[in-house]
Amino acid sequence: MTDTARRTDITRPADITRPTDLFASRHIGTDAAAQRHMLETIGYDTTADLMRAAVPTAIQFDRSLADSLVPPAATEREAVAELRALAGQNRVSRSYLGLGYYDTVTPAVIKRNVLENPSWYTAYTPYQPEISQGRLEALINFQTMVADLTGLATANASMLDEATAAVEGMLLARRASKSRSNRFLVDADAFPQTISLLRDRAEAVGIDIVVTVLDSVDHPSHPLSDADVDAFGVFVQYPGASGRLWNPNEVIGTVQAAGGIAVVAADLLALTLVTSPGELGADVAVGTSQRFGVPMGFGGPHAGYMAVRAGLERQLPGRLVGVSVDAAGHSAYRLSLQAREQHIRREKATSNICTAQVLLAVMAGMYAVYHGPEGLRAIAEGVNGSARALAARLASAGHEIVHADFFDTVLVLVPGRARGLAAEAHEHGLLIGVVDDDTVRIALDETTTDSDLLELTRAFGVTTSGSPEEGSAEEVTDVVPTIPDGLVRTSEFLTHPVFNTHRSETSMMRYLKRLADADYALDRGMIPLGSCTMKLNAASEMEAVTWREFAGIHPFAPKADVAGYLELVRQLEQWLADVTGYDSVSLQPNAGSQGELAGLLAIRGYHRSRGDEARTVCLIPSSAHGTNAASAVLAGMKVVVVACDELGNVDLDDLRQKIEAHSADLAALMITYPSTHGVYEHEVTEICRLVHEAGGQVYVDGANLNALLGYARFGDFGGDVSHLNLHKTFCIPHGGGGPGVGPVAAKAHLAPFLPSHPFTQEAEHLLIDGETVVHGGPQISAAPYGSPSILPISWAYVRMMGLEGLAEATASAVLAANYVAARLAPHFPVLYTGENGLVAHECILDLRGITQASGVSVDDVAKRLVDYGFHAPTMSFPVPGTLMVEPTESEDLAEIDRFVDAMIAIRAEIDRVAAGEWPADDNPLRNAPHTAQSVVQGEWEHAYDRESAVYPVASLVRGKYWPPVRRIDQAYGDRNLVCACPPPEAFE
Amino acid sequence: MTENTDLRYTAEHEWVLIEGSVATIGITAYAAAQLGDIVYLDLPEAGTAIAGGSVVGEIESTKSVGELFAPVDGTVVETNAAVVDSPELVNSDPLGEGWLIKVEFTELPTLLSADEYGALTGAGA
Repeated sequence: MTDTARRTDITRPADITRPTDLFASRHIGTDAAAQRHMLETIGYDTTADLMRAAVPTAIQFDRSLADSLVPPAATEREAVAELRALAGQNRVSRSYLGLGYYDTVTPAVIKRNVLENPSWYTAYTPYQPEISQGRLEALINFQTMVADLTGLATANASMLDEATAAVEGMLLARRASKSRSNRFLVDADAFPQTISLLRDRAEAVGIDIVVTVLDSVDHPSHPLSDADVDAFGVFVQYPGASGRLWNPNEVIGTVQAAGGIAVVAADLLALTLVTSPGELGADVAVGTSQRFGVPMGFGGPHAGYMAVRAGLERQLPGRLVGVSVDAAGHSAYRLSLQAREQHIRREKATSNICTAQVLLAVMAGMYAVYHGPEGLRAIAEGVNGSARALAARLASAGHEIVHADFFDTVLVLVPGRARGLAAEAHEHGLLIGVVDDDTVRIALDETTTDSDLLELTRAFGVTTSGSPEEGSAEEVTDVVPTIPDGLVRTSEFLTHPVFNTHRSETSMMRYLKRLADADYALDRGMIPLGSCTMKLNAASEMEAVTWREFAGIHPFAPKADVAGYLELVRQLEQWLADVTGYDSVSLQPNAGSQGELAGLLAIRGYHRSRGDEARTVCLIPSSAHGTNAASAVLAGMKVVVVACDELGNVDLDDLRQKIEAHSADLAALMITYPSTHGVYEHEVTEICRLVHEAGGQVYVDGANLNALLGYARFGDFGGDVSHLNLHKTFCIPHGGGGPGVGPVAAKAHLAPFLPSHPFTQEAEHLLIDGETVVHGGPQISAAPYGSPSILPISWAYVRMMGLEGLAEATASAVLAANYVAARLAPHFPVLYTGENGLVAHECILDLRGITQASGVSVDDVAKRLVDYGFHAPTMSFPVPGTLMVEPTESEDLAEIDRFVDAMIAIRAEIDRVAAGEWPADDNPLRNAPHTAQSVVQGEWEHAYDRESAVYPVASLVRGKYWPPVRRIDQAYGDRNLVCACPPPEAFE
Repeated sequence: MTENTDLRYTAEHEWVLIEGSVATIGITAYAAAQLGDIVYLDLPEAGTAIAGGSVVGEIESTKSVGELFAPVDGTVVETNAAVVDSPELVNSDPLGEGWLIKVEFTELPTLLSADEYGALTGAGA
């Protein structure tokens, strides 16, 4: 007999082979039951009904999944396996190419505790300083490190890369210089990718670049002619691209005497041994911190840097961390000079840089913390010693070494043999730089070993049999690091205790943990920042970033080494074009702002190619993000502002008038869709039509794409070009304020004007129809593919979601925003809604009336949310006195409800202030956030009790985020600018 | 937030005190309140020739960067060093210690009275 009768089916047959690692339901926080509850709350039956009502009918598309180039969703394991296969197609050669990219050892304690740690990579830009003290300290370490090494007064919190930092240095020089000249001198021995970027960026803003030999072998101290010094500034590479180490002091002095500004690009590691740019008289230093423990990653992301002498600190672009005091008078960190950022200055902006490379700056700063000044110096001596040993060996074998003085890069004469020698070396897995037919370049780094040197000498045909006249391994030990007289660094650096304390891994691990614990990132709770899309950065998506096959590749490696990367790029370009309705995509821009600039430069190039040189006016709605206007200015355009109506939509009458007034010179309109007010504008198709009719191009800012993906496409409703934010919609983590990736996507007629690069491995890009196009527009980043090592994140997201999953995520995000709006509407007015009273993926809570009635400000509410265990929503953007909430699709219902309940409880607190129950200047809102110290120290003399101060809801008792500081005085920090590590006594 | 009736005003929210051929220039109490905490001033140096209507300096607060327009043609004869060191003076005493520059002017343009300026800000004088 059988015992079948006693068995129960526990699953249906179809479920038996169902994979356990499907991704979409892990990425989307709300399940079917939660969504039913949320739909009931807002009065819809299904998410399909909701989306039909929310998204204007005219722009909704109805595509069959079969028509999409996006493949059906893979499971997490399948996607990772595919990435493994792509990685396997890359070949990690030993790179000696240099030019600003060097192999480096990422200390494992930094890799695991920073780069692979969500407490660091899922944090947002530290706009709420009270809950960001950890990364603000890490950034001030970075700033101190850069300022110390460059010998200048103030460094910012990082730049996008070295070449864009050089451009920003040029722009700073132009506004700070007393010279009326339009010329900028550029060292002919600068990195070639920097020279080409300077040329492309200068052209758009009318600067004349004069590339000149500032110093050469033939002219040991090349005198600048009077004609040369008619310039507003000079750019010097130190040491030069050729490796040559020389003293630019005279050149700097000559240009400065004529009223110019001296910008010096310096190698941070070399600066531990050689005289700093500041001591040589430079006004500005720029460069990269890549070789401080950040993998090459085929070009990025890395933290560029910029430092300036005293008196220029208020000219610094980007972000700057400073020291201020909190409400208890304790030292605290914050972002300084925020008002100077482009979001306030708009069309008067002098830079469109609004982000940094925080995660990478943190890594580089921690590399200096871990090694300390002696450790860094020892690394530099090792690099210099290796270079000298190689030069000595090649010289003794009869090769001519071009420069006698160098830090890490050796130029070797091999008449007529340069290309053949490099090609043969490549066959053996070595990448040697070809300068010209007769000269090769070899740049050594921290990882160089004796066997590497032997391998290199073999590549030159030098045997190592031990015969002394041919050079032998033994000789290496006789060579000592050497810096030319007059350039030996004598000044101290990194003397602050933080760089002299954490030598053991235990100590380093705990320091990183202590800083991470001070911060609020996505691993603690929701970050409902409107317009920032703080969604899940999934572990599977992050997996490939640190693989050697992606991380260990030089950006100018030969095409044969990067087949896997090129295939990944090709697929991602196609998928992004497919989901946005465009024909071609460039992944080169390193941030949304750079994508904007690339897109506007493409429009400029297109008009000019048709002889329409007069088309230079860019229309921008008053509600636009400030970066739009700043990017337009830097693309050489004139900004004309278009009014918005009381609903926050573009005022069609005003648009018609502005178009008519500029019918001859209209270049473009920039709009954000859905609007910055979080609304699906119904007139968008008409708006695009009007602009096209007048001969203009439509730039659609893709910042809010998370409300559209899978439901409508920019390219279908009239967009000609857009940038996307892979760090918003496509899951690249915000990293505490960078990295970002801002691809630019365009219709076919603009594709030839998308960014090019002198060293690109593949100039041809696929169009969506399978044809190809050469991207021939202005260069935008230092590296051909921008920040490729983080592209696997977005690739994995699309691969694991499929088009269906992406659409489901969009609907879930819109549902969450409307649920929050519906639940909060009785307590806080919701400022803008579209048709049917619906918002898109975010909602604006209007506190202006409440502030007027009670004196409680948006600041008070934002800081009080910290006491409740939340990161504040976006404050006062796009409308002053409001909070913009974007829950994203990744938050679950419990977390969304916890946030809504906190906001409702805060509203009740506001009412008690308004009713006079609590004084306007002494209540839990005004005194927020409350530190542990603030409720235990001294007598409690407030009108509310301690428990409501720190435990306003019971759930906090078992698990609470304690802010380390009280509310920070913004004005004090801006008036008393301190942007380097304060002495330890400041925290006693 | 009352404005002084002895002073003349501009639509750019600046006040002008005329003493002989020298005009002392500052920003109004209304402007100071709108800007919020002022943290930095970039003012023209003594000896600088300025043209009425042009931007000659910047007033930076924690919220925004405002521009200082020259209300008259002339030459800067003095810059208030005290406000450069302590920008908060512009908030605490905009019409007094918070003055910004003194200009030796050649010709006086039409300026607003306190009443006219008050009507502009909707405050009444």
